[in-house]
Amino acid sequence: MPGKLKVKIVAGRHLPVMDRASDLTDAFVEVKFGNTTFKTDVYHKSLNPQWNSEWFKFEVDDEDLQDEPLQITVLDHDTYSANDAIGKVYIDIDPLLYSEAATVISGWFPIYDTIHGIRGEINVVVKVDLFNDLNRFRQSSCGVKFFCTTSIPKCYRAVIIHGFVEELVVNEDPEYQWIDRIRTPRASNEARQRLISLMSGELQRKIGLKVLEMRGNAVVGYLQCFDLEGESGLVVRAIGTACTLDKLSSTAAFLPACNSPSKEMKESPLVHPPSHGCRSTHNSPIHTATGSRLTQNFSVSVPTLIYTGMGSGSAGKEGGPFKALLRQQTQSALEQREFPFFTLTAFPPGFLVHVGGVVSARSVKLLDRIHNPDEPETRDAWWAEIRQEIKSHAKALGCHAVVGYSESTSICEEVCILSASGTAAVLNPRFLQDGTVEGCLEQRLEENLPAGCGFCHIPYDELNMPFPAHLTYCYSCRKQKVPDVLFTTIDLPADATVIGKGCLIQARLCRLKKKAQAEANATAISNLLPFMEYEVHTQLMNKLKLKGMNALFGLRIQITVGENMLMGLASATGVYLTALPTPGGIQIAGKTPNDGSYEQHISHMQKKINDTIAKNKELYEINPPEIPEEIIGSPIPEPRQRSRLLRSQSESSDEVIELDLSHGKKDAFVLEIDDTDAMEDVHSLLTDVPPPSGFYSCNTEIMPGINNWTSEIQMFTSVRVSRLSNINLTNQTLNKNFNDLCENLLKSLYFKLRSMIPCCLCHVNFTVSLPEDELIQVTVTAVAITFDKHQAVQTTKTQVEKSSQRASIDNEELLQFPLELCTDTLASHPFSSAKEHLESTSSNSGIPAAQRATSIDYSSFADRCNSWIELIKLKAQTIRRGSIKTTMPVEKASPLTEGHFRQRSAPACANSTVGVVKMTPLSFIPGAKITKYLGIINMFFIRETTSLREEGGVSGFLHAFIAEVFAMVRAHVAALGGNAVVSYIMKQCVFMENPNKNQAQCLINVSGDAVIFVRESELEIISTQQPIASCQPACSGGEIAT
Amino acid sequence: MTNELDIFVGNTTLIDEDVYRLWLDGYSVSDAVGLRVRSGILEQTGATAGVLQSDTMDHYRTFHMLERLLHTPPKLLHQLVFQIPPSRQALLIERYYAFDEAFVREVLGKKLSKGTKKDLDNISAKTGVTLKSCRRQFDNFKRVFKVVEEMRGSLAGNIQQHFLLSDRLARDYAAVVFFANNRFETGKKKLQYLTFGDLAFCAELMIQNWTPGAVADSQLDDMDVDLDKEFLQDLKELKVLVADKDLLDLHKSLVCTALRGKLSVFAEMEANFKNLSRGLVNIASKLTHTKDVRDLFVDLVEKFIEPCRSDRWPLNDVRLFLNQYSASVHSLDGFRHQTLWDRYMVTLRSCLLRMYHD
Repeated sequence: MPGKLKVKIVAGRHLPVMDRASDLTDAFVEVKFGNTTFKTDVYHKSLNPQWNSEWFKFEVDDEDLQDEPLQITVLDHDTYSANDAIGKVYIDIDPLLYSEAATVISGWFPIYDTIHGIRGEINVVVKVDLFNDLNRFRQSSCGVKFFCTTSIPKCYRAVIIHGFVEELVVNEDPEYQWIDRIRTPRASNEARQRLISLMSGELQRKIGLKVLEMRGNAVVGYLQCFDLEGESGLVVRAIGTACTLDKLSSTAAFLPACNSPSKEMKESPLVHPPSHGCRSTHNSPIHTATGSRLTQNFSVSVPTLIYTGMGSGSAGKEGGPFKALLRQQTQSALEQREFPFFTLTAFPPGFLVHVGGVVSARSVKLLDRIHNPDEPETRDAWWAEIRQEIKSHAKALGCHAVVGYSESTSICEEVCILSASGTAAVLNPRFLQDGTVEGCLEQRLEENLPAGCGFCHIPYDELNMPFPAHLTYCYSCRKQKVPDVLFTTIDLPADATVIGKGCLIQARLCRLKKKAQAEANATAISNLLPFMEYEVHTQLMNKLKLKGMNALFGLRIQITVGENMLMGLASATGVYLTALPTPGGIQIAGKTPNDGSYEQHISHMQKKINDTIAKNKELYEINPPEIPEEIIGSPIPEPRQRSRLLRSQSESSDEVIELDLSHGKKDAFVLEIDDTDAMEDVHSLLTDVPPPSGFYSCNTEIMPGINNWTSEIQMFTSVRVSRLSNINLTNQTLNKNFNDLCENLLKSLYFKLRSMIPCCLCHVNFTVSLPEDELIQVTVTAVAITFDKHQAVQTTKTQVEKSSQRASIDNEELLQFPLELCTDTLASHPFSSAKEHLESTSSNSGIPAAQRATSIDYSSFADRCNSWIELIKLKAQTIRRGSIKTTMPVEKASPLTEGHFRQRSAPACANSTVGVVKMTPLSFIPGAKITKYLGIINMFFIRETTSLREEGGVSGFLHAFIAEVFAMVRAHVAALGGNAVVSYIMKQCVFMENPNKNQAQCLINVSGDAVIFVRESELEIISTQQPIASCQPACSGGEIAT
Repeated sequence: MTNELDIFVGNTTLIDEDVYRLWLDGYSVSDAVGLRVRSGILEQTGATAGVLQSDTMDHYRTFHMLERLLHTPPKLLHQLVFQIPPSRQALLIERYYAFDEAFVREVLGKKLSKGTKKDLDNISAKTGVTLKSCRRQFDNFKRVFKVVEEMRGSLAGNIQQHFLLSDRLARDYAAVVFFANNRFETGKKKLQYLTFGDLAFCAELMIQNWTPGAVADSQLDDMDVDLDKEFLQDLKELKVLVADKDLLDLHKSLVCTALRGKLSVFAEMEANFKNLSRGLVNIASKLTHTKDVRDLFVDLVEKFIEPCRSDRWPLNDVRLFLNQYSASVHSLDGFRHQTLWDRYMVTLRSCLLRMYHD
């Protein structure tokens, strides 16, 4: 009996009127945990009952404590007929199970009903008394901390980062059980909510067990997802990164009281890993009732992509024995692991040594309902297969680990696409095993690692490259090779140096497919996938070039399958890394050079593209120092490029970029126009309208180049569902529709948030789904953060001294190169391999470049020209003009100083009211310091209506529901004693409607970390640099005056 | 391609003040979009009409959801669904309960009944306030009236407590409730020149001095909505001031002596004194009849303001006269109702001065 759960029901308020006669309610409460139920007295005739109950005590196993939610039901007492349910509250008591988090849950919870929504609130107090359990063979894993945050949480230090943990549990979906035909929608929804709650609890417990087995004490980057497979069942799966975390500030390492995993295990010489509970779903309390299994009788694995940015750290030369040793150690540390994957996207300094590039794998599976309780691991096998593939891709890139790893699915009827992606990387072994490596070796290593550019260096041997690539010497340190373009799924490393600001880059793509059944359908999809991947990649590359940038971070490619189409949406944040070469432009080449007017048209297009690039460079403040190109040992011979150069149009719209499909396909940046489709393709490049002045957007945690956040944040979710009107859809119209949908959505966001200017939309997360034949649903969650332009310039100065010094040294070095070389090399080099790429593209992939099509939107040209509030624009210009000199070095070093800024920035609003709970998809809160993590929030809600029109139609229905979900998240956080949710994510928003029947249903799954934060202004940290901070309010005020 | 569903939900509920005003003013979404377009917002922001339409719809939906809460403002403060900063909450409430001068002048003193509600389309046509807005304002009056009608304690205080209005607006509502309850006639043509401000000013003074709550010792029966019946009854006693000829003459001579040389309209005053005095005293003595209470403002204008105005009394002379007129009564030895006279005259004097304009 390891735990006692105590619950007290205090009061209710704003209850709905349940008795029409008296306009009042006779409410009472049922408190249920596991199979035990308690009831309060009936509080007669009141909408604000004061039950003030005794403490209801449940004596339970800690296993149950982890799995089961506390279920509170508010009912209206009725003497003559059955009691009417008012609504329910599910409370996840997990945060109470580890001593560092919350100690009590107490507060007002919205009473939620799946048919009526929120109906009043109830005040509840929950406590848990845990007893130490010395049984090492236990099934529970209380004490393991869970974090959604994909970096080491702010008030912890990573002692060891153990690695990948994963688990999945399967069950039958109550919605598809026979009983659903006779029970009410409410009962069915509640059964589903409860089941998912139970399954998540079980999943979390099992992951926890694995973490204990690895001697960790926490899971970071915990991502749990549901696959609603309809008839074939319900899968809840989770991945995460096991770590041993140490709380900062507390001098003595503070381990969980209930079980101190690492200590305990170390003490016993005989490490006896619990053999059960590891991969078994057998003991599952939920599982017993069901027999449904998900089996694969059909499976297609799709050839996958490895994106540019490659190479191995050319084991040796300067790094010498240390580097070799490092490699050895890392490898041995990682090879013990089945999957050397990390769900983290940001890392402790020094952790990430080199980054290879993006690796991804997809697989199309056919879901089938087969009752085979003895083989529960089909889904496990599916994922294992994909993970193996990822692992081998990483190996091919000379990397032994994958970071920024994530998995996702897209399901339509019985077809399911499983996707996994991550960034191949070489890691520092220091964090991967016990701290024995630390010491002199580590220090020496750090000396050798050039700050700010090390991660860009290719991790594999340049003489033995897995595919042709264009390499140059690093533009920062000039010692190591770097690729010309780098794609990653991680956040921009804190020590990376960038020039200018970043921006959100999206590739959008639709492909029609024939409706088909089963295998035929799956085959059709898997045939389409490589082409989609290819085109998505091409679009990304083109758009990146168009922005004048050379690296993508936070890349997330989502492929969604529908009845009659496939959708691809890739989002990433483009930046200009100083370590990588200056990207070339985009050159358009016509196929029919004889035609004069055609030539003219081409050159017109070319001019437009060049103008756009120039404009973008100005917009994002990309003004790299004029670096004369070195003669770098490019592995690719260049005679061909020379000949090509002759044909190019003076301005040297230079060109090299490669996309490398794992099969050696390549793409080049000469866009060849051989038909109208290709023309539209080029046009579509230009349709993306930059955000209005004063706005920036990115899908990473922070915006590269902006670091002076003020404290105002606004998290939001926006949903759009569009109906495709015309029946005769073509890929082109579909592409245009989809593109417009996304662009308009962004435009709406910019308009809505215009009062926050200057501001940045961070962590912009698009999700696409195809709920029905002609419906496209796009869901966006992001956070808008205001920032202060003036502050940046002033405050960075002191902080960047070091880096600017370094930069100046660099510049001196650079000056030694003869300037004459400059033009020549700049022009010639970028063309390397362009032609080759082109050829291989057409021959290997079989897709003519022409097929990449999205049509033109001329109106957006005009829009772009239109100014956002004229005044602001003027102001922005004057500011920019006034500060050109200071900005450059400042911007360059900005990520370094980001942390400092957060500490010192923000004339925080002192009058922040009680009860406000902030929500953000980021792992931090600008202008504030997170002092405590209270536990994970993981909630699943269903809302259904049979009176859609009365509730304001689909928009009214969903608007109210999402607002209610936010409210319930906030209430839970507040009850835990927190004032914010960080790393918030809406993982699922499944919306179904039937307007003819006046019905709609929506399922939403959200998660995040509940935290307590303290405004920095309240912390009153006074450091030596503070004088600057003191002038900040004045600066922000002064901005208006300019 | 049409958007079937289009929503934006912020963790902090976004409130656009301009759109809120349009919504309060009762414009439909399409009208509101039209008005916003004309305001030049598209040029300022570079947005498209589609964006504006979607934005307006979204705000309207939010306001529609908030409206239920705005009916009982304390609920807006305690609800959990919409996270709104306190300053914004105050703004939402204040604006929702704000009313149009033109509208309130039409409704002031009328019974807040279904009958009046049916007249709203006429009022809307007459005042140019949209019917929707008229309905909101009327329902606000009625809702506030219903809640505070039977309550003890300060009227404005009760309104402020239950509707979380600003001090100023709560006092205006107190006037509306007071007028509605006592059904003072304000619609007559000769009263049209009076603004809501004038009438609210008078109402406030009457609430302060003429209701049971005004008397310190009647705490138990502290009602601000009705006039003090006992006081109205007592006012009959003042009749002696005009009925007793000696007293009237004495009063006149006291006033004339004091004001000689100080008024530009002395002769007119001297000639009119008895008429004016009779008017004021008779108004007091008739207030026991409900009908006469309702006509209070009509009587004040007919019996005092119009005669003065026709003789072109400057405001300052009216002030000097009324001051002297009230004060001189204290020197009338035969008159015993000094406190009663003061309770009546202090209020009346201020009301008349406020009402004395063109």
